[in-house]
Order: sequence, then C-alpha cells, then structure tokens
Amino acid sequence: MNREIEAIYALWKRELIRFFRAKSRVIGSLGMPFFFLAILGTGLSNAFILPMEGNYLEFITPGIIGMVLMFGSMFSGIVVLMDRQFGFLKETLVAPVSRASIVIGKALGGATTAMFQGIIIMLIAFFLGVNFQIGSVLLLLLFMFMVSVMFVSLGITIASKMEDMHGFQIITNFLIMPLFFLSGALFPLSTAPEILRVASMFDPLTYGVNGLRHILIGYSDIPFTTCFAVISAFTVVFIAIAIWSFNRIEE
Amino acid sequence: MVLKPIIVYFVMTKAIETRELSKNYKELKAVDKVSLVVEKGTIFGLLGPNGAGKTTLISMLVTMRKPSGGSAKVNGFDVEKEAGNVRKSIGIVFQDQSLDDELTAKENLEMHAAMYSVPKAERGKRIKAMIKLVGLKEQLGKEVKTFSGGMKRRLEIARGLVHHPKILFLDEPTIGLDPQTRASIWDYIKKLNKEKGITIILTTHYMDEADSVCGKIAIVDQGKIIASGSPRQLKNELGGDVVSIECRNSEKCRKQLEKFEWVKEAVKHNGTVNIRVEKGEEKIPKILAIVNKQGIKVESVSLRKPSLDDVFIHYTGRTIREQEASPGAAMRLRIKAWGHKR
Repeated sequence: MNREIEAIYALWKRELIRFFRAKSRVIGSLGMPFFFLAILGTGLSNAFILPMEGNYLEFITPGIIGMVLMFGSMFSGIVVLMDRQFGFLKETLVAPVSRASIVIGKALGGATTAMFQGIIIMLIAFFLGVNFQIGSVLLLLLFMFMVSVMFVSLGITIASKMEDMHGFQIITNFLIMPLFFLSGALFPLSTAPEILRVASMFDPLTYGVNGLRHILIGYSDIPFTTCFAVISAFTVVFIAIAIWSFNRIEE
Repeated sequence: MVLKPIIVYFVMTKAIETRELSKNYKELKAVDKVSLVVEKGTIFGLLGPNGAGKTTLISMLVTMRKPSGGSAKVNGFDVEKEAGNVRKSIGIVFQDQSLDDELTAKENLEMHAAMYSVPKAERGKRIKAMIKLVGLKEQLGKEVKTFSGGMKRRLEIARGLVHHPKILFLDEPTIGLDPQTRASIWDYIKKLNKEKGITIILTTHYMDEADSVCGKIAIVDQGKIIASGSPRQLKNELGGDVVSIECRNSEKCRKQLEKFEWVKEAVKHNGTVNIRVEKGEEKIPKILAIVNKQGIKVESVSLRKPSLDDVFIHYTGRTIREQEASPGAAMRLRIKAWGHKR
C-alpha cells in the first residue's frame, strides 16, 4: 500500500513540476479564459436579460472557471498520449505499481494544476469587479476538485484509446467545445430553446458550471444538490472507466 | 530431503529460464517456442536482424507483454503469476528513449526511485553513485531535453540501476549513437557486470560489438533461437578460415567454388564471395586458379578467421542486413510500431 501511495505522490509531483516549469504553458492556458472574461464578459453585458441579480460578467465567471477546469484537466489526461509518443509511458508501465495508482497519481496531479488555473481565473475575475458570495471555501475546493478529476479521467480514457496526437483536433472541436457551449457557461439555460436545454442535461459540465455558479454567486439553473450528486457520480464512474481503459494498454 | 537445497541452488543460478515461450500476433509467430537459459552474472546477447523477435521476447521477459504460450521465469519468478516480483528485480533500458525530457536528470532518477520504493534515506546516495558510474555527475541538475543521445542513454542505464536490480535488460543500447559513444556505453556495461555482478541481457544487431562484449549469445531469426553459445564457441564450431574474394562476377564465382568438396560454404554479399575452408592459406592459390580459369577478374583477396557475421550467414543463409528486407520482418516491425492492443 505504501508503495502505491509513494508512486501516486511521485506522479502527482511530476505533473506539478512539468506544469510550473513551462511558463509559457501556464500563461497560455490563462490567456483564453482571461479574454473571455475581460472582453466577452464586459462586451455582452447588455445583451442578456439575466434570470438573476448581478451583471453578465458575474454570470459567466463560474462558467469560465468551469471551462478552465475542463480544458486544463482534459489536457493533462491527454498528455498520456504524449508520454506514449515520447516513450515515458513505458517507464511508468513497467514499474512495480498498479495501473490504478498510475491513473490516480495522474488524475490528482492534473486536478491540482487545473484547480490552480481555476483559482487564478477567480482572482482575475475578482479584480475585474466580480462580487463573489462564497458560502464555503471547502465546498468550493471539493467541487472544483471533483470536476477536475472527472475530466482528467475522461482525458486519460480518450488517450488510452487513441494511437497518436492526430486525433487531438477532433477531440477539441467535437467534444471539448460542444461540452463547453452546451453547459450554460455563457448563457442562461432557463431561457434557452427546449432542444438545447435537453441536450445540456447530458453534458457533465452543465452540472459543474451550475454547481460552481451556486457556490460562487448564489444562482443556479439546476438545484445544487442535483449538481453535486451528478458530479460525484460522474467522477466515480469516469475514474473507473479511466483505470479500466488504462489497464488495457499493453505497452 | 538433501536434494531440495541442491535443486534450489541450481534454480537460483539461472537468471532467466524460458520454456517454449511464444507470442503470436494473429498468423505471425513473433516469438516461436523459445527455450532459453541464462546463467547469473553473464552478459547475454540476443542477436538478430530487426524484426527477428528480439524485442518481443524481451517484452515478455520484462512483463510488458503477455506470452501466448509457454512459460518464463526471471530471477526465479514467473512472468505471468509473479509479475510484480519480476519487475522489482529487473532494470530495463528500452530501445526508444523513455525519459521525461522536461524533468532534470535528478528528477527522473528520484521519480524512478519512488516508483520502485527505494527507501527514502537511500535515494540520494544511490542516485549519486549511479550518476557517477555513468559519468553524468555534472549534468544532474539539468533538464534532460538538453542532453545528447549518448547522455540520455547513459542516464537511462543509471535509472535502470537505481533500485539495484539483479538483471539489467538493454534493448539495442547503442542504436543510433556514434561509434565513440557506442564504445563508451559498452565500457559502462562491462564495468557494471564485472563490478556489481549484474546479469545483463541485451539485444543488438551489431555483430562485432556483441562479439567483444557478450559472454554468451543466441542468434534469433524469425522468432526462433537458431544457435547459441559463447561467441568463440560459435565461431569455432564453424571452424577453419574465411577467404574473401572481391570480384566482378561474384555469383558465377560463388557457383564455381561451391562445387568443390573442400569448400564448406560459399556465400555472396555485395560483390564479395566469402568462402569457408580449412587451412585457408593453402587454399588461396587453388581458389585463384579456379577463378582465373573462368576468366573472372579478382580485385582483392583476404584471409580471416570466421566472425559472428559468418556464423549468422551460416545459420540463416543471409547476412544480418539482407534479412531486414524480408516481408516477414517488415510485418514484425509494423506490429512493433503499433505496439498497442485494444
């Protein structure tokens, strides 16, 4: 058991070292959400009739944090593919530790870096004038953590099924972007057309964004308990699927 | 009662023992019923062309791929039933690079030490010792992406040793490196074996290097071991001398010479005919007379003892390079490149 925990710790540490060493990656990953907030958030401030008090910037901030968590964690998961291409994956696969530990170590590492990005975006939003009403910091961190682990696991699952980085563009355009747009990060679901509203119910990020919105500014299109239950369930299921798929990599 | 300790002793002198170990990919027999014993403390070379099945064989021994049939024991542990114990007791240097480029040499080694649960108090000491062994002390804090190919290889060897394995597997340790670096890598490998008594299993298709490094070799071709023994033994088994003739019409030359009873073997390779005979110095005039009579112009003649290349040609009928072009080998290579089971 000790052996497995040490391996998890080592892999977690690796993710952190890699993330913070590539300064351009840190800055690059924060660029898009920053512009979403600063330009879209203020530019569209009069375009919506919001079902809540507060301005549009306040409405999309939780959405953008959800986006950062998803992008950041999905990417860390998909990095497994790069590890395979550059050979490092083999080194982890032949180590005397279980595959589950490798997945967990990666998931924790990816989640940590994604949460770090999410918190930075929160600070940026704060300086842009967003008035947060955070009930419980602990609940916020727990919720962000679950959303991140869920998406790292999805990333690992995808990476285990893909042969190389060529499919990466497809994943970005046909999975990540639709999940983001459907989640109600940018517009209120309560006033969206029926078909979008129904589709969004199948998008795990919908529950992530609405849960965050509830914790951060006290509004949600979906009851928070539902969000929390769905995200917990998705996290457990996705990590199980990730371990299962990772187990099937033979080399 | 008395027998048991003796049997245990004999079992434990074997670093590796396989019985009819096989790996099939659909119709292709990548490894075909290989039975192999490697004694502890030897440098054992698996020789063969690309795609002969060397890497697949090693992959099974290091528990990366599951055998389709047969069994294998590494350090006395079954590769299927006791994979964890096998992994703990071996070190591996893969054919392709497997370091994390973005980490420093030290971070790579620390990570490995943690994954192999080297006691925390020991880690620093061992990392220092290993990095010194491969002569990378100055580079310890540098990111691996700044390293040359030879330095990366040496770091991988150091990494493979941090957890004090009893066997070190090296898959093509010198491929893609310049001759000088190759020589230094072999020096490190020999030193390791001598000083630490580590059993070394390596694959290569550089015959001359294998000859000078390995205590024992096995020639692998099309998934089978077709000959094994010490390099000297294999060469002696071939016996006699090799007379090499460089000439214009080498095929005709070969055919003419092949007929004679005193010619053990005549093979053509790139405009050179290698003729294996006893007492070579006496046969040269005879050979020249025969060739002259046919009106074949001879450019040069040389006499040497058989090399491992000759051994390889003898057993496979081809040189190690020519084999690479065969369709079977190409298919094996493709399967290796995929390396991924769904």
